[in-house]
Amino acid sequence: MALSRRTFLKVSTAGGGGLILGAYLPGLVSPIGGQVAAAAGQFEPNIWIRIDADDSVRIMLTQLEMGQGVMTAMPMLVAEELDADWKKVRTEWVGADRRYGNPGLGGTQITAGSSSVRGYWKPLREAGAAARLMLVTAAAQTWGVAEDSCSTSNGEVIHAATSRRLRYGSLVDKAATLPVPKQVSLKAPKDFKLLGKATTRFDIPEKVNGSAVFGIDVKRPGLLVARVVRCPVFGGKVASFIADKAKAVPGVRNVVPVSAGVAVVADNYWAATRGAQALEITWNEGSLAKLTSAEITKQMASLAEKPGAVARNDGNVATVLAGGARTIERVFEVPFLAHACMEPMNCTADVRADGCDVWVPTQSQTASQQAAMAATGLPEAKVKIHTTYLGGGFGRRGEADYVTDAVEASKAVGKPVKVVWTREDDIQHDYYRPATYVRMWGAVDASGKIVAWQQRIIQQSLLKRVGPPGATNPGGIDFISVDGAATLPYAIPNLRVEYTEFDPGIPYGFWRSVGNSVNGFVTEGFFDELAVAAGKDPFELRRQLLTAKPRHKAVLEKAAAMAGWGTPVPQGRFRGIAVHEAFGSIVATVSEISVAVDGTVRVHKVACAVDCGWTINPDTITAQMEGGIVYGLTAALKGEVTIQNGRVVQRNFNDYPMMRQNEMPVIDVAIIPSGEAPGGIGEPSTAVIAGSLVNAIFAATGKRIYRLPIRPADLRRNA
Amino acid sequence: MISLTINGRPQNVDVPADMPLLWVLRDVVGLTGTKFGCGIGQCGACTVHLDGQTVRSCQTVASLAAGKKVTTIEGLSPDASHVLQKAWVAEQVPQCGYCQSGQLMSAAALLARIAKPTDADIDQAMSGNICRCGTYQRIRRAIHRAAQA
Repeated sequence: MALSRRTFLKVSTAGGGGLILGAYLPGLVSPIGGQVAAAAGQFEPNIWIRIDADDSVRIMLTQLEMGQGVMTAMPMLVAEELDADWKKVRTEWVGADRRYGNPGLGGTQITAGSSSVRGYWKPLREAGAAARLMLVTAAAQTWGVAEDSCSTSNGEVIHAATSRRLRYGSLVDKAATLPVPKQVSLKAPKDFKLLGKATTRFDIPEKVNGSAVFGIDVKRPGLLVARVVRCPVFGGKVASFIADKAKAVPGVRNVVPVSAGVAVVADNYWAATRGAQALEITWNEGSLAKLTSAEITKQMASLAEKPGAVARNDGNVATVLAGGARTIERVFEVPFLAHACMEPMNCTADVRADGCDVWVPTQSQTASQQAAMAATGLPEAKVKIHTTYLGGGFGRRGEADYVTDAVEASKAVGKPVKVVWTREDDIQHDYYRPATYVRMWGAVDASGKIVAWQQRIIQQSLLKRVGPPGATNPGGIDFISVDGAATLPYAIPNLRVEYTEFDPGIPYGFWRSVGNSVNGFVTEGFFDELAVAAGKDPFELRRQLLTAKPRHKAVLEKAAAMAGWGTPVPQGRFRGIAVHEAFGSIVATVSEISVAVDGTVRVHKVACAVDCGWTINPDTITAQMEGGIVYGLTAALKGEVTIQNGRVVQRNFNDYPMMRQNEMPVIDVAIIPSGEAPGGIGEPSTAVIAGSLVNAIFAATGKRIYRLPIRPADLRRNA
Repeated sequence: MISLTINGRPQNVDVPADMPLLWVLRDVVGLTGTKFGCGIGQCGACTVHLDGQTVRSCQTVASLAAGKKVTTIEGLSPDASHVLQKAWVAEQVPQCGYCQSGQLMSAAALLARIAKPTDADIDQAMSGNICRCGTYQRIRRAIHRAAQA
């Protein structure tokens, strides 16, 4: 399994029953370390930085760029403390290299869980600060002055008293002889020159002229291209195959069995496609061949009749629910979802007797390397991972199934092979966001107070899949499944959250915002219903119950103010509001929508406020809020993977549709100034948007949405 | 053998007549800026210009391109100086960037046809191009910016 080494730690229940989601906060990477042996004319104070005599500053990147701006944010953190000349900063990917692994994630190199800035901001700043101190020492010794009489700016050490300056590049040889400081102090935010300022991204110029190299664009001498034909039924295997017709296709070089099916290896993708079409395979469809979505739902509904493991338990919900207060009970359902990265899964491998090179658009160098090691039997030192830009990740590329495909195919034919998936492969062979069944109970007393809240979640367990053996599911709880549920911020005296694991055998994985993708929708939709039942304005009641959560309250108030909550809406339009915390950041949205007579929902505007702590690159935060909202809206309005006869019904963008330009709302984003530690930005807005959308639909139609995706037929006028 | 002109350069390619232009460009000619997204003409990542008109290169067989002029993202300008490329940088449009070659080619055809497109024009011309990262708002802004340049 791709991520089995990804260890989640620090799961514990705090006093009062709150679950600490410590595992999403990666531990510190060894910050300063020792100098790295560098050539003459180079200063390499630690694993993150190399400064050359020509003043260029090279900053190493372990976190991978999939559009979230990490390739720019990470160097900004280093350059700020280094006082580097930003124009001289270059970046370089590190490949699979244990020195860069995240100890908080079992030493894994992975770009996931909105953890890049959260996990690396401190070590990166410390690395920059340490290098800066060494350059100051080198200059002070050169001049024979006290270190504290020197300052730094824009890639130079300055001795103001004598108006002398030395470029960093001129100090590298001397600095390289100095000891690394054991302790450094970091700048106060008021002294930031780079952090918090909108900074143009390094990757954008390459992405407007076709020169950016994604995995699918990798070129190697003698490279062959393969397609893998897979069993349509999950868990199915090849019983037998006849390759004659496939091999007769011009350009097809070989047809070889691989773990996932049969690989057709050819001179180019088109020949591989024709070969794949000509291949005759008999499948052993296995034990899931009769499975349907309806059956999965039925089994989850049955499990939801019984209490689950308790993730949070404040007060006494059972007593209140039985005690005569007005109670509301609902069932929420969400489907399996595919990630649908724009770049289909692919990987290029060159397996030789003496080693293996892999070029791959991955979210995890470690998972890719381990997949290649497993497929070749080669030791870690012989398996080199080269990373590229990712054409979308969203959690899908933390898996390494496509690496196994390529490595096995290359090994079988003894030549470099690029495996390219079709879009149909991608939609039908994903690790899906789990279909989830949630029961909700709420109680409102005579005075209009919410006095009880109970949530019972039935879902596959990601923790079971990726956690270390024996350390998973303490008490039967998957903290990933209850993320955003057990952390409900509202002051409700009796509050209980339960979880029951259910695994129907469909592959499942991490999908942008993960457990929050379910819980943001369910909790905010249900809260809204209770507010209306209590006779309260949904915004006002949220405010009242967030008194002890000032950051949530401020974000909520900001979004409401941006949208003009409480002021008249243009005719035919309606608003809904929601707030949700995920990955250390809090996001509130107000959706302004209309519903056509035929039930079609149109989202006109979204006001979005975010508190993600102190900021690195504000324009990237804005972009991630925008993109995360579109991702969440696509899921709420369109996203559904259905299982029939053990296989996925949907095939491509015609029946697994995406939001398009003509459906795009105007999104307005405000970033709340904050001194708190940075939170994640890639995922939180995906989690919150469905809540504000379904609440607006209620305002428009009087109908509550309990099941995603939203079906226009349910909202048709007079329906 | 099929003869066609790619980004101003006449070329002969020895490919089956039914090979989609997308794979001629990517796997035979080596121009990888044009992307494969769906293979069924639904996503627009493979958009190129054929004699100035946008086509989905995954749905355009090589024989249909014979004798015609193909323009890809690599040929939109020699040095990323097309007004749209500049606007894309100014608005910081791309996220993952994978769909953006197709977005730019669709937008370039729109601007060639309508110098000052309205929002409705943009909806019509650009809704065949999926962006999974959700950069639509910035794409719209960048097209307006380019139209005003």
